[in-house]
Amino acid sequence: MLAKSPEKEPAAGGVRADAALETRAVLSLAGITKSFPGVKALSGVALDLYPGQVTALIGENGAGKSTIVKILTGIYQPDEGEIRVDGETVQFPTAEAAARYGVTAIHQETVLFEELTVAENIFIGHAPKTRFGLIDRKQMLRSARSLLERIGAKIDPSVPLKDLGIANRHLVAIARALSIDARVVIMDEPTASLSHKEIEETYELVDRLKAEGKAILFISHKFDEIFRVADRYTVFRDGELVGSGLMQGVDEGQLVKLMVGRPVDQVFPKRTPNLGDEVLKVAGYAHPSEFEDINFSLRSGEILGFYGLVGAGRSEFMQALFGITKPSKGAIRIDGEIAVIRTPNEAIGKGIVYVPEDRGKQGAVKGLPIFQNVTLPSLGQVSSRGFLKMAEEFKLARDYTQRLDLRAAALDQDIGELSGGNQQKVIIAKWLATKPRVIILDEPTKGIDIGSKAAVHDFMAELAGEGLAVILVSSEIPEVLGMSDRVIVMREGRIAAEFEGEGLTPENLVRAAAGIEEARP
Amino acid sequence: MSGRIHISREVVLGGAMLVLLGLIATRFPAFVEPGNLANVFNDTAPLIILALGQMAVILTRCIDLSVAANLALTGMVAAMINTAMPDLPIPLILLVAVSLGVAMGLVNGLLVWRLSIPPIVVTLGTMTIYRGIIFLISDGRWINAHQMSDSFKAFPRQVLLGLPVLSWIGILAVIAIFILITRTPLGRAFYAVGGNPNAAQYAGINSGFTQCAAFVLSGALAGLTGYLWVARYAVAYVDIAGGFELDVVAACVIGGISIAGGAGSVAGAVLGALFLGIIKNALPVINISPFWQLAISGSAILIAVAVNVTQNRPKGRVILKKAEHAV
Repeated sequence: MLAKSPEKEPAAGGVRADAALETRAVLSLAGITKSFPGVKALSGVALDLYPGQVTALIGENGAGKSTIVKILTGIYQPDEGEIRVDGETVQFPTAEAAARYGVTAIHQETVLFEELTVAENIFIGHAPKTRFGLIDRKQMLRSARSLLERIGAKIDPSVPLKDLGIANRHLVAIARALSIDARVVIMDEPTASLSHKEIEETYELVDRLKAEGKAILFISHKFDEIFRVADRYTVFRDGELVGSGLMQGVDEGQLVKLMVGRPVDQVFPKRTPNLGDEVLKVAGYAHPSEFEDINFSLRSGEILGFYGLVGAGRSEFMQALFGITKPSKGAIRIDGEIAVIRTPNEAIGKGIVYVPEDRGKQGAVKGLPIFQNVTLPSLGQVSSRGFLKMAEEFKLARDYTQRLDLRAAALDQDIGELSGGNQQKVIIAKWLATKPRVIILDEPTKGIDIGSKAAVHDFMAELAGEGLAVILVSSEIPEVLGMSDRVIVMREGRIAAEFEGEGLTPENLVRAAAGIEEARP
Repeated sequence: MSGRIHISREVVLGGAMLVLLGLIATRFPAFVEPGNLANVFNDTAPLIILALGQMAVILTRCIDLSVAANLALTGMVAAMINTAMPDLPIPLILLVAVSLGVAMGLVNGLLVWRLSIPPIVVTLGTMTIYRGIIFLISDGRWINAHQMSDSFKAFPRQVLLGLPVLSWIGILAVIAIFILITRTPLGRAFYAVGGNPNAAQYAGINSGFTQCAAFVLSGALAGLTGYLWVARYAVAYVDIAGGFELDVVAACVIGGISIAGGAGSVAGAVLGALFLGIIKNALPVINISPFWQLAISGSAILIAVAVNVTQNRPKGRVILKKAEHAV
C-alpha cells in the first residue's frame, strides 16, 4: 500500500490533476463522446498518454474502457471530440491510420496467425522485401530475432506460432508492436490468463517499454498490478471521466470509491422479500477448468445476486447448473431432493430455466415469429397427440408477452424486427411460459435502453413476489445491489464472499471481486 | 404460417412460373394443355418428393448429397427382390424400400450427430459408398423390364381419379411433410436448430438428434422414390439418377430454402421443384439443344439465388434502422 500524501487528492469531475506534468502528452483525447442505439457509451471523456509513462485505465465492466480502446485504434469513430497526436488534431478513420500514428493495441485475445511463423506474424503487412519485390526471409528472421531480444523474449522466430503458449504469444504481439515503431502501446488486461511467473515477466516488459519511451495505456481490474506498473491513473464510470492523476498519492480505497461512485438516475423497485422454503441447494459444484467448490442455497421469493469480474466463472457455473456443460463433481437438491441435470431439457423439466446473456447468440431464433420463439421450450405444453395447436401457442405467447408489456405489431411478427429491449422481453416470456421454480437471469439488462431496463427490474421483483427464486448474474453494481436480497461474489472460479443486509455496499463487492484482502468479511 | 417471410418469394416464383408457361405457350400451345401439365407434374413428382426431404435437412443447416445414391441402391434392391420373389406384394416392397432408405438416412444422421463430421463430408462419402454397394450386389449388371413382374412395374403408372399413383404419392408426400413441418414439435425444431442452434440448445432441443431426424426423413423419402423410379422406368442399374442430388438441392435453393438454415417453406420447395421440372420438360419440346438445356437450368439456379440474396439484403438494413429509431 502506498502512502497517502495530503496535497495530492485525486481530482474528480473531469478535472485533470497534471500539475506535475513535465513531458508533453504524445496522445490526448478530449471531449470524446460516443453513443450506440439506446446507450451513451462515452460522454465527454479525456485521456492523456505520456511518453515513458504507464497510464492505468480503471473502471467497472461497461464503464467505457473497451469503447475508448476501439476509438484509439480506429475501429470506432467518436461522435464528438478530438484526438491529438503531439498537439496536432488528427483522425483515425481506420485501424491502419491509427497504426500509422504509432498507436497499437495488444488485446486479451491477441489476433495472430496460428499457422505462420513468429517472424511472419511480427512482419505481416510490412515484411522486408528483396530487390525483386519478394519477401526477404533472411532479413525478416534477423530483424525478428533482434526485436525479440530487445524485449527479452527467448523465442525462435522461425517456429510456427501455434507452438507457443499464451505468454509467448503476448510477447510476439509486443514485438509486432515494436516492429511498426509504436509510440503508444495499449495493453488490455495483458495478465488475464497468465501464470504468476509470466505476470512478473510482463511487468518487466512494461518497464522495458517505458524505458524505450513508449506511452502505455494499461487496462486492468487488478489493483496490485496497477500499483505495480502504473504512473498515472484515469477512472471511468458509466462512460464518464470521474478522475485522473498520478498514482503517487492515491490508495486503493480512493480508486474503488471513484470506480463505484453513487448510482445517479436508477431507481429500483421497493420490495419486501417474502422468503419461503429452500428451493435449490448446490453443494460442491466443480468443473475441471472453470469453477470449483460452489456451495449455496436459494429460497423461494429470494433474489440472489452473483457479482464478479468478467471471467470469474459465473456464467460457466450457471451453464453447468442448467445442463449445458457437465460439472466434474457436486450435487444439487431441488426441494430437498437430489436432482440430476444432464441436459437443458432435464433442467427445464425440473423447473430451472436460464435466460442467457447473449440474446443474439443464445436467445432469439431470428426468422421465427414472436409466438414461436415463446413456445419453443414449451412445445409439449401446446401440443396434443404430437401435433402443435396453433391457438394454444398464440394463447400462451399472448399471456406471457402481455405481462411483460411487449410492444410488437403482432405476435406473428419476426422476432428479428423488434428492438433489443423488446427481444429481451420475448425471451423472458419464453422462459416464464415454462412455469419455472428457479429462474437464472444472466446480465438481463445488458445493452438495453433505460425504459426496458426498468420494466425488467419491476418484473423481476414481481416474480420474486410470486414466490419464484431468482438468480441475478450482473456485472452492474447498482443493479446487483438494487435488486438482490443477498449477493455472492465470485472470483477466479470460486465464491469469494457473500454479503447481505448491511454488507451490501459497492466497496465490499468491488474489493471481494478484485481480491483486495482486508475487505473480506 | 409456413410462408411468413417467404410469401413474397413464393409469389414471385409462382409468377415467374406462369410467365415461363406463357412464353412456352406462345411457341408450343400444346405444352400448357391440362393433360400435358399433368404429365409434367408426374415427371417432376420424384424431384418434389426428394426436395421435401432435402428441405428438412437444409433447414437444420445440413445437406444430404447421398439422396440419389440412396434412391439408386433402394431401387436396385427392390428390383432384385422382385426378380427373386415375383409374387411378393407391392406394399411389402414399399415397406422394404422405405426401411432401407431410413437405414441409409440413419447412417448419415448418426455420423453427423455422434461423430460431428460435417454433413457435406458425410454424405459425399456415403453417396460413393451407396453407389459402390449397388455395383457389389448387382455385379454391375442391369435389371431390365422383362425381369420385373408386371404388377411391380404397373404400380406407379396405375391411374386413380385421372392421375397416376406416382403423382398421388407426390401429393400425399407434400401434405404429410407440410403437416410435419408446420404442426409438430419436430418440424419446429428443424427451424430452431437451423435458425439458432445455441438458442435451440438452451430451449432444451437436441440439435444433433434433430439433424439426424432430418436425415432419416430424407432417407425415407429417397427410399420410397427408389422403388417408384425403378418401377416407372422399368430398369435398374448402378448409375440411375446419377447427379440427381444436385437437381434436388437446386430445387430447394430455387424455392428459397436458405442454405444457411432456418428459413424456407414446403411451398417453396415444391415450387422450386416444379420450376425446374417445367424447364426440363419444356426445353426439349421447343427444340433447344441439350447443351443449352444444362446452361439454362444452371442460370435459373443462379438467378434464383441472386434474387433471394438481394431480396434479403435491403430488408435487413431497413429493420436495423427501424430498430435504431425505435430505441
